[in-house]
Amino acid sequence: MSNVGIVIVSHSPLVAEGTADMVRQMVGDEVPLAWCGGNGHGGLGTSVEAIMGAIDRAWSEAGVAILVDLGGAETNSEMAVEMIGEPRSQKIVVCNAPIVEGAVMAATEASGGASLKEVVATAHELSPS
Amino acid sequence: MAASDFSRLIAAAADTIASHADELTALDQAIGDGDHGLNMKRGFEAVRAEAEAIATKPLPDALKAVGTKLVMTVGGASGPLFGTLFMALGKELPSAPDRAALTAALGKAIEAVSARGKSQPGQKTMLDVLQPVYEALVRGKTAVEIADAADRAADATVPMKALRGRASFLGDRSIGHMDAGARSTALLVRAVAAAIEGS
Repeated sequence: MSNVGIVIVSHSPLVAEGTADMVRQMVGDEVPLAWCGGNGHGGLGTSVEAIMGAIDRAWSEAGVAILVDLGGAETNSEMAVEMIGEPRSQKIVVCNAPIVEGAVMAATEASGGASLKEVVATAHELSPS
Repeated sequence: MAASDFSRLIAAAADTIASHADELTALDQAIGDGDHGLNMKRGFEAVRAEAEAIATKPLPDALKAVGTKLVMTVGGASGPLFGTLFMALGKELPSAPDRAALTAALGKAIEAVSARGKSQPGQKTMLDVLQPVYEALVRGKTAVEIADAADRAADATVPMKALRGRASFLGDRSIGHMDAGARSTALLVRAVAAAIEGS
């Protein structure tokens, strides 16, 4: 798959899975997609190990855009990217965007063959700062 | 540091987190998502379970192993934050550090935690304890004085307004509560200080 991959990281597995369903409805199988949610022990939270696994599943040589919900998801995603290390880490971006809208918009952009930079920019347009 | 000494440090840290887990959770429930005590306990119990193997490593590698274990097991933002603290200490410390080396390493580790959390002291976080601990080390304070300074620093987060983490969503309503991460940091400082004092 040459399109940019999308990873969805929520504190809640239900939110992550539901967001992934909405992405699939929009782009089908044209975009590598993976999600994870929960602390790995049945509770709400995020797991670095699970995020690393999701990045592997959604991996694309074009890169991977990660959409997160709240602070811990962002911090744990950044940690996961760092632990994956170079050279792959240079092709992974944690987006600053609302998780549902960001994932759907980013995936739609990715499905047209856009670069990682373009995919991330599309997500970031949702969070004017 | 002998393997038995590092094992004792791990046990002291895990013990204090376990015995204060309910208090940490209560602090986090007041102005956060209420998982801090449970998450920290899970992380430090995972470290304790591998204490024997970790303690045989040279000090820098042992600290990195503690940090990595916390990152992988805590399940919240505290994992990368406390994990980064220990990993950075491991990266910076020599195998047999003196006070100057410990002070310098803590300074670097605080920078690493600050970068990881995109935060600065004064924002009602663990940094508000780490920074005074560093300053107490610089000023040549004893282990007990440093632990006391850490407790006072955690208390000093009560009137602060949270600017990072879940508590920041509450704005002014975060004022009047102690930051849970500051409290757990102070607990760890006291446990380490007591273990070092007793050795």
